[in-house]
Amino acid sequence: MKEKETGVREIAYPGQVLGDKKEFLPGVGTYEEDGKIISKFLGILTKSGNYVSVVPLSGVYIPKPGEHVIGIVTAVEKVGWVVDINSPWESFLSLSEAVDEFIDVKRVMLNRYYDEGDIIYAQIASAKRGDVQLSMRGPSCKKLKDGVLVKITPTKVPRLIGKEGSMINLIKEKTGTMIRVGQNGVVWISGEKVDKAIVAIKKIDEKSHIYGLTEEITKLLSD
Amino acid sequence: MAKIKGIELIKDGKRLDGRKPFETREVEMKVGIIPNANGSAMVRFGKTTAIAAVYGPRLLLPKHLQEMDKAIIQCRYNMAPFSTDERIKPGTSRRELEISKVVRLALEPVLFLENYPKTTIDVYVEIIQADGSTRVTSVNAASLALADAGIPMKDLVVALSGGKINGQLILDLNGIEDNNSEADVPMAFMPNKKHITLLQMDGELKHEEISKLINEMFKAGEIIYKKQIEALKNRYSE
Repeated sequence: MKEKETGVREIAYPGQVLGDKKEFLPGVGTYEEDGKIISKFLGILTKSGNYVSVVPLSGVYIPKPGEHVIGIVTAVEKVGWVVDINSPWESFLSLSEAVDEFIDVKRVMLNRYYDEGDIIYAQIASAKRGDVQLSMRGPSCKKLKDGVLVKITPTKVPRLIGKEGSMINLIKEKTGTMIRVGQNGVVWISGEKVDKAIVAIKKIDEKSHIYGLTEEITKLLSD
Repeated sequence: MAKIKGIELIKDGKRLDGRKPFETREVEMKVGIIPNANGSAMVRFGKTTAIAAVYGPRLLLPKHLQEMDKAIIQCRYNMAPFSTDERIKPGTSRRELEISKVVRLALEPVLFLENYPKTTIDVYVEIIQADGSTRVTSVNAASLALADAGIPMKDLVVALSGGKINGQLILDLNGIEDNNSEADVPMAFMPNKKHITLLQMDGELKHEEISKLINEMFKAGEIIYKKQIEALKNRYSE
């Protein structure tokens, strides 16, 4: 697709015929019927190589194994924690996936590791039939202290990160903040100019469908 | 509105509101009107106005209602007390319960629900002004709201009503025509493959008449389908 300077990206609607199976291959957000590729979502139409795909402009987060998410601990159980990960399903972080040392669960209260209301950066270990298990074994997984949480549409996370982190690095540099983005659309921000970073992130969430967003954000942050 | 005896609903090929037999009323559609909902839409056919809001997919409780391999749809059709000429009692009536089910069944075939086990998709439709054909207006609004909520769909759903007054087949009945009609046929279909998802009939029609009416409804449905696409695209136009 040729880059235009301004204007709205091409928007596909559910049921739109995007092409013939002989010419293209069905990508994400599409299905095929009778040799035709049809869109499943209201979203941005992208063609890369032979693939036609539709990136939805709204929707809930569906956990996939290996992805990193930011969650809030909602309950401390006997052998683990219940974590809210901004998806339709609750997730569970079991003790063995969270702590390395030996713990006698009869004697030790688990809230000395993670307590209700704590924010954690975790990895999805498995997600089957609405049963989501988390893990803290990854090198970047940890408890996040201080900071502010902002929620954006989960499908717009790639746009917020940008190509090889270009967009998120831009915001980090210009505002002097530390930012962590969960694939579930929860963004953790900490630092000096948090307000400015929040404004920029909200703007990306609202205007992800227009061209020249990077320039607009640069302009917004330079003011 | 009660039945009026001997009313002439069609004069010189024109209806009471000046429409031709196979002409629909003025249609207005708007998407994304409720910020707190995952998806929402407003659809107006003449005076009939429906607002639909979609919440979810979200975790379904109580647990015994959950389906282990797919999401379920819960739909509620409600007429506001002030929507008709004479105030209607608040609360779900028999008629509203039936239409809730009919709207749900009209939408179910277009949704891909396998990705969301144990969840529910809640569709709430409020009629804020009623002037005939409320169930098809509800289906149109709910279809747009589902697309806005980012739920995977095979196709949109286009709905339209047809009927017969004074021996003449017509499209898109309004309140008076609805109450004095010889037949009333609401229909919903997927425009791509012309698969019908809802077809009801109230009254009497001949075999040839119903075939003709369905064909006319498919034709007029194209216009409504275009309006739906336009409304969805306008949602993301800066």
